[in-house]
Amino acid sequence: MSTSIETPRASISIVIVGHVDHGKSTLVGRLFYDTDSLPEGRYEAVARVCEQTGKPFEFAFLLDALEEERDQGITIDTARAQFHTALRDYVLIDAPGHKEFLKNMVSGAAAAEAALLLIDAEEGVQEQSRRHGYLLHLLGIRQVVVVINKMDLVGFEQWVYEDVRREYLDFLAALGVHPQAVVPVSAREGDNIARNSEHMPWYDGPTVVEALDAFAARTSREHLPLRLPVQDVYKFDHRRIIAGRVEAGAIAEGDTVLFSPSGHRGVVKSIERWHSPRTGPAQAGESIGITLTEQLFIERGEIVSHVADAPRAGTELRANLFWLGDRHLAPGRPYVLKLATQEIPCAVAGVSGVINTATLGNVEAHEVAKNEVATVTLSLKAPVAYDCFTDIVETGRFVLVDGYDVAGGGIVLPPVENDFTI
Amino acid sequence: MEHLDALENQSIYILREAYKKFKKLAMLWSIGKDSTVLLWLARKAFFGHCPIPLVHIDTSYKIPAMIAFRDELVREWNLRLIVGQNTAALADGMGPERGRLTCCTALKTEGLQLLMEERGFTGLILGIRRDEEGTRAKERYFSPRDKHFEWNYKDQPPELWDQFKTDFDADTHIRIHPLLHWTEIDVWEYIKREEIPIIDLYFAKDGERYRSLGCWPCTGRVKSNATTIDEIIAELRSTNTSERAGRAQDQEDTYAMQKLRAKGYM
Repeated sequence: MSTSIETPRASISIVIVGHVDHGKSTLVGRLFYDTDSLPEGRYEAVARVCEQTGKPFEFAFLLDALEEERDQGITIDTARAQFHTALRDYVLIDAPGHKEFLKNMVSGAAAAEAALLLIDAEEGVQEQSRRHGYLLHLLGIRQVVVVINKMDLVGFEQWVYEDVRREYLDFLAALGVHPQAVVPVSAREGDNIARNSEHMPWYDGPTVVEALDAFAARTSREHLPLRLPVQDVYKFDHRRIIAGRVEAGAIAEGDTVLFSPSGHRGVVKSIERWHSPRTGPAQAGESIGITLTEQLFIERGEIVSHVADAPRAGTELRANLFWLGDRHLAPGRPYVLKLATQEIPCAVAGVSGVINTATLGNVEAHEVAKNEVATVTLSLKAPVAYDCFTDIVETGRFVLVDGYDVAGGGIVLPPVENDFTI
Repeated sequence: MEHLDALENQSIYILREAYKKFKKLAMLWSIGKDSTVLLWLARKAFFGHCPIPLVHIDTSYKIPAMIAFRDELVREWNLRLIVGQNTAALADGMGPERGRLTCCTALKTEGLQLLMEERGFTGLILGIRRDEEGTRAKERYFSPRDKHFEWNYKDQPPELWDQFKTDFDADTHIRIHPLLHWTEIDVWEYIKREEIPIIDLYFAKDGERYRSLGCWPCTGRVKSNATTIDEIIAELRSTNTSERAGRAQDQEDTYAMQKLRAKGYM
């Protein structure tokens, strides 16, 4: 055995979503088992629990660790686990499919770079299959593979696969989502998970593992305009360090920078790191500090950019938003918008369309109920610095806090052109 | 960005959020590898300083070498350390012979609870990781606990786009988990890269080493010949045994960790 350290392998986060009981946790368990990623004794421990309770072996128990989850056979909260293929490492996020746990599904999916959308071949496209498809789109996840599960229950028939495939692809196409593959599987039996199925010779596409390996890794954000939201200002010693994470672009010593929305300008005197092998400019993703040549009054929330490529600023935002709160999102109620490190009190100025995520139809409504999606206009108490989601993701999305709780999330749309401009 | 850099930058971001949002904040330091990495990351986040007081819950059953290592680093790094102990329970004769789960709850969970109340801490940073065991896999970076310390794992706040739960009513406190996304191997690779001092109980002596550190009556060693970090990493890459296999309290009951953690266990 060699004791040399392998170079760290590439890693990618994948979320598995779909309607309750369509077999997400089973698929995850199966992926682990078939790629030999399970810790020793885990399979045996689950086999023992199943035997004690008189159930057949349940792959889902490999991830559903909570007692209630095993008793009720559903996933309550999102879980993460790591598995590996020959190509790279994966963080698999298993998200709950029950409508009641949509906020947990969103928590899981928001952290993913790509998604597997799972559908039961027998039940076909269901409410959460559509809603999850919509939410993935809204969360900005563009890399999607559809997995049609439980093919063993429909005799591995091609026509069943084709029917479900057509119906779901039509729905996703309306959202602008185009899956890279639609894989027919039996998670329970292991068909087309890591090995090609003998039962479905009519299928010549990739297995789930091959489809996962075909996902592209996260694209670099370094070529984008600089966005460094100020997280805090430290004065631990004689220096005043502005701390934050570079969300896009890069920043270097000597750069003239603009703080938005205040409009202050300054020159970067130094990039600050402690005990770091890195020197020189700070790139997207780095949590660093900067000092300025001249002391300015800077507070948390401001976004540092270069002068030429500044973020937008204003007191009104138009956004697509999903609501997770028990109380309806309603005009007149006070909320706090959190965008990057800014926190600004706001209200809903208008709800221009509530979307039924199961049909994509527009509903006439003035309030947004739990698990609904809407286009809204927010009116802010103070200017916010932001970007459109399609330009820079990290500064183009936000959450709304209702009372003490994060109750919704949204992505910023381009402002509507004013028809009355002269 | 390289894997370890990505993990490090995310953890620094979380530590800085915690420090900004909670005035009464403490960090639990168990002297083990994870919380020592956490301490190192805090010094990175705050440019060589650790402005957050450290808390160590001394059950009186800790391996003596851990206490010596702790006190040495406190001196060397100029740390602020608060040691907590459930002296009432110890005076009453609490120990693992009364039942491991009972003992963990009294000496660790209640010991911590007493100290948090006494000092008025509302935020606590801990070095738990998702890959340690099943219920930890379901944690949030910012996880609320009620006044009885209880974790309502069935109704956790949504957590997306690094917007965390930082608003809460007076009776709640928040646990913050900056290492949640790290794995055991990540931790060792980072210790190696950064040359972080680490207690030598993790290295093999006479064919055995500690893989996870706790109280001596309930923590077993694993068979190992790994005497360097490289050898530990090589061993972890080839093993399928779980990290906490040597921790006796986990094996008391199928849902032991869920039950302990719902009541406030770390």
